[in-house]
Amino acid sequence: MEGLRERLRRGERLVGDGAWGTQLMQRGLPDGQAPEWIALERPEVIEEIARLYVDAGADLVTTDTFGGTSFRLALHDLEGEQERINRQAVEAVRRAVAGRALVSASVGPSGRLLEPYGDTSPEAVHQAFVEQVRVLGSAGADLICIETMSDLTEATQAVRAAKEQAPGLPVMATMTFEPNPRGYYTVMGVSVEQAAAGLVEAGADVIGSNCGIGMEHMVGIARELTRVATVPVAVQPNAGLPETKGANVVYNETPEAMAARVPELLDLGVALIGGCCGTTPDHIRALRAAVDAWQARA
Amino acid sequence: MDILNQIADSLQKGEDQQVGTLTAEALESGVSAGDVLNKGLIAGMNVVGEQFRLREIFLPDVLLAARAMYAGLELLRPHLAKEGVPLRGKVVIGTIKGDLHDIGKNLVGIMLKGAGFEVIDLGHDVEPEAFVDTAVREGAPLIGMSALLTTTMVRMKEVVALIESRGLSGQIKTIVGGAPLSPEFAREIGADGYASDGATAVERVKALLGVA
Repeated sequence: MEGLRERLRRGERLVGDGAWGTQLMQRGLPDGQAPEWIALERPEVIEEIARLYVDAGADLVTTDTFGGTSFRLALHDLEGEQERINRQAVEAVRRAVAGRALVSASVGPSGRLLEPYGDTSPEAVHQAFVEQVRVLGSAGADLICIETMSDLTEATQAVRAAKEQAPGLPVMATMTFEPNPRGYYTVMGVSVEQAAAGLVEAGADVIGSNCGIGMEHMVGIARELTRVATVPVAVQPNAGLPETKGANVVYNETPEAMAARVPELLDLGVALIGGCCGTTPDHIRALRAAVDAWQARA
Repeated sequence: MDILNQIADSLQKGEDQQVGTLTAEALESGVSAGDVLNKGLIAGMNVVGEQFRLREIFLPDVLLAARAMYAGLELLRPHLAKEGVPLRGKVVIGTIKGDLHDIGKNLVGIMLKGAGFEVIDLGHDVEPEAFVDTAVREGAPLIGMSALLTTTMVRMKEVVALIESRGLSGQIKTIVGGAPLSPEFAREIGADGYASDGATAVERVKALLGVA
């Protein structure tokens, strides 16, 4: 199958997948258990969700390895299973997509605060990313997807680890920005411009933004990103912010509302649009239709 | 600039060594530990908290200021005890059962300590009973709970219920926070307060405990 870089080089606009956590919970992920645990015990659930997203039209399907660093797995006493978890998660998605979509291997933050703000050294997180990416790459990932980063040092350590351990694979690196009176910044105070420069310098092939507080702000972030980026830009917004309705928690942005902003994003030059928290196969179907309609016109 | 202003100023810049040096100097020159704490360290941290609340500065600036605060506080501790200066009150904090996210909760702890509160941090994945038992044992009038997950935030209600069922309503208050929470949610579960971020948490805690 044609790789990410080749498709982007041809100017194709791509569609990512949606949320995994909510899908896993609906299929029996035990309360309080790490989402990554499912790869150990019930990989068939991963295959089922991956197929839903491929059928909805996703060009990339994410692996359930966001918390697959030893730092995060240790919170669940699963650090000894790091290798098996990351390997089996990639293999399950690979089986399910069967060449119909790219396997995008997720790497999330370590959850640690780096020196001098916290007690963890950049070398320690680099090592954790090295161990995870080595497995993801050798298990058959088509790209490494570093996401939801707030600290640029941590993000660039992850990008470098990916480039060292899986030099043949493209790396997509996205950070989470919030609105601020002066523009968009991560909680660690990284501006869109700083993020773009740092991630590209570290070797990222695609940069962007994921998570956050919905499509409206994502359009604003994309405007800044596409102005400064020297590589293709990806955005994967949440379906708004979660709201409580009685005992239930709902995300309020409908597939239609999100899809309505797709032409604007594509006009800005965004190369890849997917979803993060609260998005479902229905959201991805709507994004797919909007991207296809725009490409047919273009 | 007098030495207390210098301490406040250095703290705002996150200069931990300088805050330590100045704190030692102030104590040596006869300034009371209470004044160093309130007019130096806490005064500086109040400015930092306010700037953070107004989004003029970012989390890293707050973390560095907090580190500087601790550098001074460590030196002050024995002197504060000698002078009989009380800290501002005890607060029990933690991330609710089932939830392992603690960066936001840690930040709230840092800001509360920075404001002079004694913080008992139970960490993450905290059982409802542990919150209440600790508050009772430590004589803490306030429990602060954090959650980052929509699946765990609903459990905060169990802590509020436990306080009620043990007849502790009014004696132990609760404040909640975390990305998926809202003031409406806090009201719904019967929490006494809600804060959207660490700086706001300090203001709400002060108001709930009636301290200036």
